[in-house]
Amino acid sequence: MTSWIVTNLWLIPAVPLASSLLILTFANSRRRTGAALAIVGQVVALALAVMAFLPTLAEPGWRAFHNFTWFTFGEHALRIGWILDPLTAAMMMMITFVGLWIFVFSTGYMAGDKNFTRFFAYLSFFSAAMLGVVIANSLLLLFVCWELVGLASYLLIGFWIHKPSAAAAAKKAFITTRIGDIGLFLGVLWLYGGSGTLLFYDDGNGCLERAGLLALGTSATFVALLIFSGAVGKSGQFPLHVWLPDAMEGPTPVSALIHAATMVAAGVFLVARVYPLFSLGAIDGVTPSLTVVVWIGVITALMAALIALAQADIKRILAYSTVSQLGLMMVSLGVGGVAAGIMHLLAHGFFKALLFLGSGSVIHGCHHEQDIRKMGGLRRLMPVTFLTYAIGMMTLSGVPLFFSGAWTKEEILHATAHWPRSFVPHYLMMAGVVLTALYMTRQMIYVFFGNRREASEHAHESPSVMTVPLILLAVCSIVLSVVVTPAWPWLHDYLNGEPAHFAIGQLIQPMLFVSLALVAAGIGLGVLLYRNAGERDPLARAQPVLFRFLENKMWLDELYGKTVLAWSATLSRASDWMDRYVWDGLVRGVAGVGQFFGILSANFDEHGINAGVDDSATGTRGLGRFMSAWHSGQIQTYLGVVAVGMLALLILYAWLA
Amino acid sequence: MAGMITALILLPVAGTLFVGVARQNYARGIALGFNALSAILAIALWQGFDTAAPGLQLVERHAWIPTIGAEYLVGIDGLSLLLVLLTSLIFPFAFLAQRTGRGFCALMLLMQSALYGTFTAQNFVLWFLFYEMSLIPAFLLIKIWGGENRDRAATKFFVYTFLGSVAMLLSFLGIYFSRGTFDFATLADLGKTGLLTGNLAWLAFAGIFLGLAVKVPLFPFHTWLPDAYESAPVGVSMVLTGVLSKMGVYGFVRLLLPLFPHEIKILGPWLLALAVCSIVLASLAAWAQSDLKRMVAYLSISHLGYCMLGLFAVTARSASSLIDTHAALSGVFMQIFNHGVTAAALFYFVGLLEQRRGLRGINDFGGLMQRTPLLCGWMSVAMFSSLGLPGLNGFIGEFLIFKGSFAVAASFTAIAVIGLLVTAIVFMRAMQALFSGPLAGSCSAFPDLGRSEKWIVVPITLLMFAVGIAPQFMFNIFNTTVIQMARLFA
Repeated sequence: MTSWIVTNLWLIPAVPLASSLLILTFANSRRRTGAALAIVGQVVALALAVMAFLPTLAEPGWRAFHNFTWFTFGEHALRIGWILDPLTAAMMMMITFVGLWIFVFSTGYMAGDKNFTRFFAYLSFFSAAMLGVVIANSLLLLFVCWELVGLASYLLIGFWIHKPSAAAAAKKAFITTRIGDIGLFLGVLWLYGGSGTLLFYDDGNGCLERAGLLALGTSATFVALLIFSGAVGKSGQFPLHVWLPDAMEGPTPVSALIHAATMVAAGVFLVARVYPLFSLGAIDGVTPSLTVVVWIGVITALMAALIALAQADIKRILAYSTVSQLGLMMVSLGVGGVAAGIMHLLAHGFFKALLFLGSGSVIHGCHHEQDIRKMGGLRRLMPVTFLTYAIGMMTLSGVPLFFSGAWTKEEILHATAHWPRSFVPHYLMMAGVVLTALYMTRQMIYVFFGNRREASEHAHESPSVMTVPLILLAVCSIVLSVVVTPAWPWLHDYLNGEPAHFAIGQLIQPMLFVSLALVAAGIGLGVLLYRNAGERDPLARAQPVLFRFLENKMWLDELYGKTVLAWSATLSRASDWMDRYVWDGLVRGVAGVGQFFGILSANFDEHGINAGVDDSATGTRGLGRFMSAWHSGQIQTYLGVVAVGMLALLILYAWLA
Repeated sequence: MAGMITALILLPVAGTLFVGVARQNYARGIALGFNALSAILAIALWQGFDTAAPGLQLVERHAWIPTIGAEYLVGIDGLSLLLVLLTSLIFPFAFLAQRTGRGFCALMLLMQSALYGTFTAQNFVLWFLFYEMSLIPAFLLIKIWGGENRDRAATKFFVYTFLGSVAMLLSFLGIYFSRGTFDFATLADLGKTGLLTGNLAWLAFAGIFLGLAVKVPLFPFHTWLPDAYESAPVGVSMVLTGVLSKMGVYGFVRLLLPLFPHEIKILGPWLLALAVCSIVLASLAAWAQSDLKRMVAYLSISHLGYCMLGLFAVTARSASSLIDTHAALSGVFMQIFNHGVTAAALFYFVGLLEQRRGLRGINDFGGLMQRTPLLCGWMSVAMFSSLGLPGLNGFIGEFLIFKGSFAVAASFTAIAVIGLLVTAIVFMRAMQALFSGPLAGSCSAFPDLGRSEKWIVVPITLLMFAVGIAPQFMFNIFNTTVIQMARLFA
């Protein structure tokens, strides 16, 4: 049984993939069948994920893998495989479970769409690719699935392809993440060359095990950083985060599934997966590569939280919140809190999916209005959405005790506190907590409290196919806290491969009070600031310059457009120009020289050789004509000449005699 | 089994004769029939080929002109077989892609015969004969059936490549006069210890290099290509990029690299730089094109640059370990095949668009996804294959080439991967312009893929998936050859 599921772990991504292909081939025009196929695929994948989860509970740090040869080039076998360990199992559970409810939600949200079935095919394909990433026991297989995730994201962001903005956002997402992927690709090549294998675990010979790490030596730092650049692209870290907010052009369930719960988590997952590469040769848990991870995470977390403060689009606020939370997770990984980071990742998967689906419900209710300044007072019109959204908001902000996100965030703050290199990230992350509470309070007040504005005038609660997933995800966000508290940090121990322990006395940590104070400050400030906010943002009134700076996303898009983009476009034109005028010019030049000599030769022929021949011919002809005059054939002339000759001879004779 | 290769070479010639006397509208059918026979023969060749045995197989050897060392010597190893299969694959699709008459079919078949000959001949005189024989039909096909600027493009194509050929011929005469043989295998053996010495070696190297670099083409000898591909009719473009462009790469593998290992080591970094320039500059130039055909043509240059990168990397540095040499050579061979399939498919799709619209500028279309979802979907697969998306064929070759070259020439490889990024940008731009946005008025009457078009698109696409997912059957063709060549280059 155990060995069966390990050998056949591929079935978990294969089932949604099969659903996707079936929908595309056979159910293109049958809406119910299409949706049913996708949901059934997801249910089967969930069931298999549970089956795979059970053996990992057997003992702490349980790990099994199945490797095989993909292909043989020359004399060398390129091996790939899949792995089942706590990290994989936990991720699979989250992806399939959250994914399932997002699928269900989509049947309601996308009900009116023309390409309804195609949407489900893409969703299933995405789910398959993401599951492939988490089961991979080879950086190559992971990269393969990683790229497929990128493709799925491209297809889904650009799903409403008739909208030019959606197409542009999809293109931007694909290219921006591919910049990071180029780095990752180089990392794959370097790792392969350095350690001789791309398998993570292979009975002691994998690249994450002793032999492989030993072979890599100091180059591990560079390999780790190159791999991290892939994570930066996918997980929307500074400076490659710019695609993520634009990706909100996709349908809202896509934002929930991809740009909150799963895909963007792939980068964090990747760092966690190859963590031994990052931590190789660590002194006090600090390595150069991990330090880079920390600072990138810190910059991302703070920058995005600040930008979120000044956004008006309900989904964009959540998008920046995602960027910020991903930064937080990166910080956690960087300071050594791998389990804490992954725990936050899992919890985030639930509550961010909840928030996005909640925003979807709001948008659906408000007739596709996304501007929070036009909403207001929705708490009475959409009570279920309001309640579940509030739970999501409190989980995200980190309101202590009842919400999973609070415990995991506390854990991260703990981890940052013990980072030996610097105390700055710790305090900056605390500031991040305040900001998070602040921007979420702002959003809540604008959307659900106060007076109704134009868009919320005729709002209505969503159908139960949409609200039930909300309720379920809200419940999960709360229930998940059971396994993440310091009293019974089961998930933490499970991920770290330690035996679970229970100590009720550990429940209340000093950090809890710090968190409480920070969150209270954030929410309090929010209520104070936005209580009576009108169309014009209070922050915009108080600090118009700062607000515009944040509202325009720190003008990073403009900056990139003016620099990198403009430069590379210039390069491409330059290359084209060089081709036309320099390289082809040279060719034409050579051809011209050839032609010149051709003409020269022709002229010499014409006027030199040919003329000479002509002249001599003319001369000969003239001579001939002259001579022919002597052979006229007329007897009279001949006789005349003879007579004149005779006469001359006679005169000569007479004169001589 | 003797005589199979000769039969393969002669079969299209027989087709030419039949087509020549047939009625105009039967010509294509007859050509396709002969292609089916060629394909069967090629598959029989594959079956008869022992993948585990090193060296040439199914050899046919007859005296021809003994006084100049010319023999009729044909035979195949894994690389030759791969190219024979590729030729047999691309030609039928090229015929299907174009409705044409007698002359066109006859010339195409003649070219096919020349290609079979080029990929199987093992004696320089014979090889050169076939090599040049392919040029004349290509020239005529562009000149007679081409689009705008066809005269200029055809002349440029012909004169440029012919000039290179002359240089190569002179070099080989020099080699013959000093070593007395035209036999590839013997020459390769002599090459190990130094074929020629002093200035003569450099002269000979330069001549052969020029001839092949123009043919591939390698930067900066590439400027004939965009013009020729742009002007050629669709079927010819498919063959030019799918098969003809492989003659140059094949020549590098068969002639230049084994014959001049010493010279290549000395010039190593420069050659690598040329390959990197091919990859990066050509993809950048593709980005700047507004004509779809020119865009694909430039990407073709860029993708052949990957082949050159892999080849130069393993031969230009002596430090390369066996696994890297194997990876790079396998990658190059895969790339030869994959590029042939994918680039031909892309030209086919551009042809479909041009056929419907009458134009092929990137801005002449818009919102096609709403009108022709099947065409867009299948075309996207070819595009993603070309930009190296894993799961499709392009990735395997590129990964192995870069794997091999990274270990040997890390900095060159690091620059070359920019080409991957730019290729993605090029296709993203094209997809956005063609498929997305509101439906352009000029495209509102487009028919989606028809039945006959699906017969071309679906098999080719399935092949792309097959190679991308389970590529072992491809590696089996040339693994032994790779091992043998690695030994030769070591």
